[in-house]
Amino acid sequence: MLRENQRRFKFDWITIILFLLLLGFGYLNILSASHEGEITSYFDTSQLYGKHLVFIGLTFLLIVLILSFEAKFYEQFASLIYLVAILALIGLFIFGKDVNGARSWYGIGSMTIQPSEFAKFATALAVAKYISDLQTNMQTLKDQLRVTAIIFIPALLILLQNDAGSTIVYLAFFFVFYREGLQQVYLIIALSLILLAVLSLKFGILITAIVTILVIASIYFFSKKKRGSILQYIVALLVCISFSYGVKLFYQHGLKVHQQNRISLWLRLEKDPAKLERMKKAEAYNLIQSEQAISSGGISGKGFLQGTRTTGKFVPEQHTDYIFSTVGEEWGFLGTSFVVLIFVLLIIRILYLAEGQKSQFSRVYGYGVASILFVHFTINIGMVMGLIPTVGIPLPFFSYGGSGLWGFTILLFIFIKLDSNKINEW
Amino acid sequence: MRKLLLLTTVILVGLVFIARLFYLQVYNSSAYNIFEDTAIRKEYNYPKRGYVYDRNGKLLVANQPSYDVMVIPREVKPLDSLELNEFCELLKITREEYDKKLKRATNYSPRLSSPFVQQLSKKDYAVLQEKMRKFEGFYIQKRSLRSYQTNIGANVLGDLGEVNRQTIKNQPYYVLGDLIGKQGVEKTYEEVLRGVKGIKFIQKDRFNKNIGPFKEGALDTLPQPGKDITITIDSELQAYGELLMKNKRGGIVAIDPQSGEILAMVTGPSYNPNLLVGRERNKNFSRLFRDTINMPTFDRGLQAQYAPGSPFKVINALIGLQEGVVSVNETFPCRMGYYYGNRRLTGCHHHKSPVSMNSGIAQSCNAYFVNVYRRIVDKYDDAGDGMNIWAKHAKSFGLGNFLNNDLSVGQPGRIPDGDYYDKAYGDNRWGSTYIVSNAIGQGEVEATPIQLANMAAAIGNRGYYYTPHIIKDIEGDTIDIKYRTPKYTTIDKEHFEPIVQGMFDVYNEGTAKHIRVPGIDICGKTGTAENFIKIDGVKTQLTDHSIFVAFAPKDNPKIAIAVFVENGYWGGRFAGRMASLMIEKYIKGHITRTDLEKWILTHSLENEYKKPYSGEPFKINGETTLQVIDNYAIENPNQSNVKL
Repeated sequence: MLRENQRRFKFDWITIILFLLLLGFGYLNILSASHEGEITSYFDTSQLYGKHLVFIGLTFLLIVLILSFEAKFYEQFASLIYLVAILALIGLFIFGKDVNGARSWYGIGSMTIQPSEFAKFATALAVAKYISDLQTNMQTLKDQLRVTAIIFIPALLILLQNDAGSTIVYLAFFFVFYREGLQQVYLIIALSLILLAVLSLKFGILITAIVTILVIASIYFFSKKKRGSILQYIVALLVCISFSYGVKLFYQHGLKVHQQNRISLWLRLEKDPAKLERMKKAEAYNLIQSEQAISSGGISGKGFLQGTRTTGKFVPEQHTDYIFSTVGEEWGFLGTSFVVLIFVLLIIRILYLAEGQKSQFSRVYGYGVASILFVHFTINIGMVMGLIPTVGIPLPFFSYGGSGLWGFTILLFIFIKLDSNKINEW
Repeated sequence: MRKLLLLTTVILVGLVFIARLFYLQVYNSSAYNIFEDTAIRKEYNYPKRGYVYDRNGKLLVANQPSYDVMVIPREVKPLDSLELNEFCELLKITREEYDKKLKRATNYSPRLSSPFVQQLSKKDYAVLQEKMRKFEGFYIQKRSLRSYQTNIGANVLGDLGEVNRQTIKNQPYYVLGDLIGKQGVEKTYEEVLRGVKGIKFIQKDRFNKNIGPFKEGALDTLPQPGKDITITIDSELQAYGELLMKNKRGGIVAIDPQSGEILAMVTGPSYNPNLLVGRERNKNFSRLFRDTINMPTFDRGLQAQYAPGSPFKVINALIGLQEGVVSVNETFPCRMGYYYGNRRLTGCHHHKSPVSMNSGIAQSCNAYFVNVYRRIVDKYDDAGDGMNIWAKHAKSFGLGNFLNNDLSVGQPGRIPDGDYYDKAYGDNRWGSTYIVSNAIGQGEVEATPIQLANMAAAIGNRGYYYTPHIIKDIEGDTIDIKYRTPKYTTIDKEHFEPIVQGMFDVYNEGTAKHIRVPGIDICGKTGTAENFIKIDGVKTQLTDHSIFVAFAPKDNPKIAIAVFVENGYWGGRFAGRMASLMIEKYIKGHITRTDLEKWILTHSLENEYKKPYSGEPFKINGETTLQVIDNYAIENPNQSNVKL
């Protein structure tokens, strides 16, 4: 009934507007955080804000390109795209360039490109492709292992390149798996393990063990009907205690000192005031500056380009991972809640659209997009405000950087394309 | 169910974030204050402090530049021992002092600047300035110090000192290291004199480097220079008073009755105001303030509350006339004192009897005034009512309360009323005979010299006075209206004439006959006040205080004066002579009674003051001999033209 050209342009404008809002507001804040002295020209590409404007320009070209492909293309070529991304990650070990101790960039002339930003959408496509296969059943262990392998390969490669922050993002796919049928017990186990880990670090193994025993014992006594063998409970208990012990060991020996300190700061483990003072100048410096900048903004902020801490470059990495502190200082509570609101609306909108997809591929992919954006949003803003330990990942569409911006744009617009195509699918 | 996990998590995280942001930015955030923003450096530009001139336009206080070395401890780069030695040598401090000062500055704040070494001399500054670049974290702040053009009037002019933390807390205008008026006119006219300092806001980066003016300097202000003031003091009269007060303790306050302007305000012993300027200030300051025997920083003209003695009798005479309890010509007998039944309540000295009001004042008869005073108190059935009426009249002369003027210190004195004695003796358990000492200015009555001078002004004006004040003119401003508004006493004008005549006769035929000044009609009243102190818990009497209150000329007086000399014995002995000299100096401009001047300058009371601290028994009043000193004034025959 619908004519061809009408079908073609049925893009979800709400998502696009939310995207544009983030992109535009992000640019203003990058301008604020990166300018030094007077701004002579917005297109001055020797300045970061000038470069970012170029990135934004290219982003629109990229969008046109993505939307011009047939929707089917992404499903058909998902495996190939994934393969290219993995090869790009492997290639880093040979051709990569060290920046800040992480080997995550290709240098092309004066430009650098970070393949891990592109590996996200590639992985999301591959996961969608695998799960949407008719043969796949997420309830079976075999498929669970295989799909885990799909995300494990890029995650491991990124971890080996010393970019632990980006590795954590791949945990986002847990939400996808759960949506697609992963057993509830995994969720319970995951939550329990997180709780156990935090407990062991904060209160020590002994207290954790006592709490665990109490909890398991009460489960045993209250579930009279299908209680099963007592041996199961003892095994569970032992597993928990050894996990708790393992966490402690890993914290003490497996982590690098700066990672250890970040966690220690977050859980307030350090009691020695002299050491704490040292940490304030090292690991906690960013966080303290960032929190102060946000606090100093008050309700309505100091005004665009008027942030004294932003202008004085008090917050290191403010244009990239700590961009949210600029929003806090210059736009105040009104600005920060606006950004939080936009992100929440964007993610909810994607989830809503994903649920409405007719093809499983589109749905799974949409879920992947929402999950990845969600994890970035949570970790980045949580970190900048001191709610979670410092993990260096960018705020989507907001932070400075070409690779990040393009990676997220591709991620989002492939879904917009898939979504626009849903009425053509039966 | 499965659909809801991510959705609810997203919403939950959003809510947690907004709650956290609310906590950080609304709940936990105070309104933006640029002075608390560590990203903005505040640089101050201090204006010129206003000059102080005397009533004749003579410059008394000017400014001189001074240089403070300031430190921001966080920015201090550790110096090697060679550099450190050089730096200490330049600043004229030891290595230990360097460490101590740096530690103290760090304790105050590692980020904010605090004074390191203050008030370098011009010469030290010149040498240091060349090498300052080498010492990171230190910089030189130029300030202005006071430069006194005179050695007199320390108590009048006051001094500047570093502002303390308490003041900074109450008045955010000041920052650590600023100077503020601590005493005298420097204190009371601080805001006029200081002007408003200019401020520059400079954007810093996180390395504490200046990036440039904040908001292009839109918030910066220029300093507003302080205003010059002219004070009412006649510096020549002041200097002369200080000369006369040498080797004595006490106060002189001279007022122009027609305007309330304070012409001179002398306290003895005093000090040279230049002692409280420059690097030696702290040392001198504590030396002066710790001298609890001489108390040079205690302004005896303003703060010392003495029993006024006989000059207070004239107030009783005025109240008696106003209340209609005595007439001018009524006489009372005096049998060497006042007798109540057979009991003598007060003694008196030898003079003709009976006495009228005129001779009562002229001869300072105690018995006469006890009679008058008792009639005032007993006019009503309740002695308390009588006392309250009496106190109301006395207080209308500015006694018994703060003058509420522009001097940095002052005391209320004391005029007791009915309530006072009700508390002391119990309600209605006392009568006029209990409190007759007030009749002759002893007992519970107390007044400061400035209050007595003001009382003399009110009598000279026949019933009104202007609040005594020190400000004559403020550059481009007017002085407070309250100093230009007369205050009327509760005594009718016609009652003053006989009193004035009585005070005139004090000079003609009474207790001040020998200190008359030819050509000037002076009205005065001598006073001799008994006084006691406790030595090792034993109440011991000391030589009487010598008191004199006067105004001149008799009609349209130009000067009203009170002189108080501690332990100077009778009123005409020290205080009377000094009052006559001061009056002559002011009205004629030169001294004809050089015999009086010579006597004052060659007699010292220092030995008298040492007695209570000697630990030995001592004699007082008539049993003592006066100490004669070799004063420089003897060597200078032209002593009355004292150089300032």
